[in-house]
Amino acid sequence: MIEIKDIYKNFGEKQVLKGITTVFETGKTNLVIGRSGSGKTVLVKTVSGLEKATSGEIIYDGRALSAMNDDQTTALKREIGMVFQGGALFDSMTVAENVRFPLLMFSKMSSAEMDKRVDFCLDRVDLPNTHKLFASELSGGMRKRVAIARAIVANPKYLFCDEPNSGLDPQTSILIDKLIKEITEELNITTIINTHDMNSVLEIGEHIVFIYNGNLWWEGNRHEVITCDNKELNDFLFNNEITKRLKQ
Amino acid sequence: MKKFINTVGGYFMLLGKVLRRPDNGRAFRRQLVYEMKVLGIESLPIACIISAFVGAAVVIQFAASLSNPIYPTWITGYTTRKAIMLEFAPTMIGLVLAGKVGSRIASELGTMRITEQIDALNIMGVNSANYLILPKITAFMLFSPVIVTLSVFSALAGGWLFGMMSGAMSSYEFLDGVQLEFDSYDMFYGMAKGLVYNFIIASVSSFRGYTVTGGALEVGQASTRAVVESCIVLIAANLALTSILI
Repeated sequence: MIEIKDIYKNFGEKQVLKGITTVFETGKTNLVIGRSGSGKTVLVKTVSGLEKATSGEIIYDGRALSAMNDDQTTALKREIGMVFQGGALFDSMTVAENVRFPLLMFSKMSSAEMDKRVDFCLDRVDLPNTHKLFASELSGGMRKRVAIARAIVANPKYLFCDEPNSGLDPQTSILIDKLIKEITEELNITTIINTHDMNSVLEIGEHIVFIYNGNLWWEGNRHEVITCDNKELNDFLFNNEITKRLKQ
Repeated sequence: MKKFINTVGGYFMLLGKVLRRPDNGRAFRRQLVYEMKVLGIESLPIACIISAFVGAAVVIQFAASLSNPIYPTWITGYTTRKAIMLEFAPTMIGLVLAGKVGSRIASELGTMRITEQIDALNIMGVNSANYLILPKITAFMLFSPVIVTLSVFSALAGGWLFGMMSGAMSSYEFLDGVQLEFDSYDMFYGMAKGLVYNFIIASVSSFRGYTVTGGALEVGQASTRAVVESCIVLIAANLALTSILI
């Protein structure tokens, strides 16, 4: 579980996050949604520790990020997996080497154990025979799946996904969403997904946080999204004829 | 001025993160071998080719300037050797490699930055600066004596060959001069310069690439700045080292 309390984040004079407080529960797919520029990516990067909050508290299962020293922060980071928007796969490595990398750096596994774990993770994301391919040889969906395999290979407690569906066709998007949800439940981890994909909201949104102009504007789940009367949320999610009809 | 101080401060802060014990020795050695190949071995052909032509030009210049009968016949070989070992091999090849290696390092790290590969390392708890930059600096510095030595031999070979072909002097005169009063300190001097230059090129270029923000345009700009700044710092270091070592 990750609790965030009154998080502010400024870039110079510009205030991007304005006192956000919420709880991201374990075993659930937590979605952060909002328009481009609303601050959702900054929120996810701040919670994951890639950006430092200007003020406020981020608590990982009772451990306050602000109270941690460098060693404790590094140890915490090893409990985090992250899927970046473009995959962020290492160009100079093959798929297998990418997935193996976190194990190589920090685990005490033997080479054979690492290979077994890599095989398991690649099988789990349905990419069994791609070990020797390089990132440049993969499609967008495959890159995302390799990124998911790399993120889960070291058994993280926390999984962050930055727009995992961006640039993917609707069918592949749904596959990626389902995969993330299944992994969240299987590993019982705290998953936070930054998205503006309507399908993701309705398919896997067990806890949805809507960010509007740096504020937490609405919170609920995929069922409540349909019935809520928050104007800004409705304008954001139900912005074409089909979705408006769905809402009605 | 404030920007300059910020840049210099940022450079030394980055070095503080780089010059630490690697998180994982096995991963460091693997990266080191890879960087020795791409930064070291792949730099040798251009270093040798340019050195050979520079050596030839130096011989022609000296042969023309020292053609007076009052000078001994070995003078061209002797001065060519001195000039190449003390200045041309380390400094000119340093400037050439600032272009080749500097732009490569800056664009590689810059691309990793804008494609979030560096963020991916950081989120895993890897000291990304140490993991990415330390092997580059170490590999390039380890290769420095090899590059300088091969550069000296290539320049002398180029000078000898072209001197012979052009009829500027005989083979015997040139080789006699090259071997005359050989001082091993000259070799140490050239290698010491080479070591410092390679550190400057790798670290300045890494700083420029690692701290890129933006997109492809900024990566290109960072690559250019890496080369320009490496060259300026290298030339300034040359003056300082020459004053200290000579």
